[in-house]
Amino acid sequence: MKESHILNIETLGKTFSTSNGGSIEALRHVDLDVDENEFLCIVGPSGCGKSTLLRIVAGLEQMTKGRILRRGLEITGAHRDVGMVFQEYSLLPWRNVLDNVALGPEFAGAPKKARRETALACLRLVGMESFSRAFPHELSGGMRQRVAIARALANNPDILLMDEPFGALDAHTRILMQKELLRVWEAHRKTILFVTHGVDEAIYLADRILVMSARPGRIIDIFNVDMPRPRRRSDPVYGQLAEKILNLLEKEAALSFGG
Amino acid sequence: MRWKSFFLTAGMYLIIPALFLICWHVAARQVQNEVILPGIGQVAGLLRHPAQDLISMGSLAANVGISLVRVLAGYLLAVMLAVPLGIVMGYYRPVFKLLNGFLSLFRPIPPLAWVPLVLAWFGVASLASVMKVESGPSYIFLNNLKFSMIFIIFIGAFYPVLTSSIHGVANVRRILLDSAHVLGAGRRDIFRKILLPAAAPSIVNGMRIGLGVAWMCLVSAEMLPGSLSGVGYLITHAYTMANTDIVIAGMISIGLVGAGLDLVFRLWEEKKFAWTRMAR
Repeated sequence: MKESHILNIETLGKTFSTSNGGSIEALRHVDLDVDENEFLCIVGPSGCGKSTLLRIVAGLEQMTKGRILRRGLEITGAHRDVGMVFQEYSLLPWRNVLDNVALGPEFAGAPKKARRETALACLRLVGMESFSRAFPHELSGGMRQRVAIARALANNPDILLMDEPFGALDAHTRILMQKELLRVWEAHRKTILFVTHGVDEAIYLADRILVMSARPGRIIDIFNVDMPRPRRRSDPVYGQLAEKILNLLEKEAALSFGG
Repeated sequence: MRWKSFFLTAGMYLIIPALFLICWHVAARQVQNEVILPGIGQVAGLLRHPAQDLISMGSLAANVGISLVRVLAGYLLAVMLAVPLGIVMGYYRPVFKLLNGFLSLFRPIPPLAWVPLVLAWFGVASLASVMKVESGPSYIFLNNLKFSMIFIIFIGAFYPVLTSSIHGVANVRRILLDSAHVLGAGRRDIFRKILLPAAAPSIVNGMRIGLGVAWMCLVSAEMLPGSLSGVGYLITHAYTMANTDIVIAGMISIGLVGAGLDLVFRLWEEKKFAWTRMAR
């Protein structure tokens, strides 16, 4: 284990048992070290277990094999230092934006004034402070996800897990949100694990891209993205990398279809 | 224009009741027998003076008041038991499996079918007999709260509240629980800050239905031996004395109070749970 690793995933395996007594192997032998402040994207065919991987790191799901160390300590359950943003809208519909963002500090028992201040600071960071009194149903999809990001940041986690957070947004909003996320990441330097099925999105955002196989999910390749930010999608390196990863994924998809 | 639409709306609400009253009036004139169908004026007179003493068994208002206290006693007991039980059953699968089969056996039994058993158990025992109060105004009040009645009302209100609480909690979106867990919610937080508010619209809806059923069980509860007051008793007693006008006045009071309670709940739901209509 290197000093700069914030996360070590060691020979991780996950098998789900189904209701009819069978079992599905979702992840097999996943080994991964994540550097401090790294932006890591995970791509793979659908159903390859990338979301499951994230849910295990978040402590929402039990692993069946292997272990995960966060700063050298084994992860056993959900932890305040690991934040997560989901693809589905996850704000509490009966709370306004401010009270949604203050949820983490509230669970931690922070006094009312302190948690409001934290929440407002995080809302400012994502440009949503003027909507603090609004309710989730009054916001667009992109705005809801900004609030969800602010809510995860309010716990000041050092790892931020993002499970296709922009998957439900339209293409234009998605590109804006990617820029916004990079701005927040550069200001705060969290370690981010970002699951996506958009190769373009991964290349735009990531320091490293991890490509997973069809089920059972394994890591089949890792690409370093050595382009300075902000990245231009017209850059030839961008296109070459995209092609490489897409070819790899296409082969995987064919395999999973062929059974 | 505004006045026109106002009158149109008011007309829509009033047209059927007005037709009904006309039919009643015509029928009463044809029948010419106030035991079979008393006139509107006679019943309206009783309703206009609710504090007036009737056939030596207290006023309409006092009897409705006693009935309300009874219903609320049985109802609150049912809510206090059914809501926590429903939340736990909705959240913990094993608890649901453990209890649901058993509770479902009792669900189809009409509250009235409990009467013989309830009388065997409680007889005419009331809160007064348990609290050893034997005289004074508090005796009269407590003696009106018979266990047998409260039990019948309790049974009526219990199941709607239980079912809607289970349903409300079981249908809380998984993502809300997941995100709360990741944000560091403990078990208490999950129950108090996620499950309860998320299930609240369903629970309150069940409480509204439960109160309606409890109110409907009233007459059967007040027909039990030992009962000498309450609007249900007033009706049955007036019947035996062939005072059909009092019977109808009592029925109308039951309807009005029931509708009023329902309205209070509806307004509460409207105000408190506006988000359910908007949220996806």
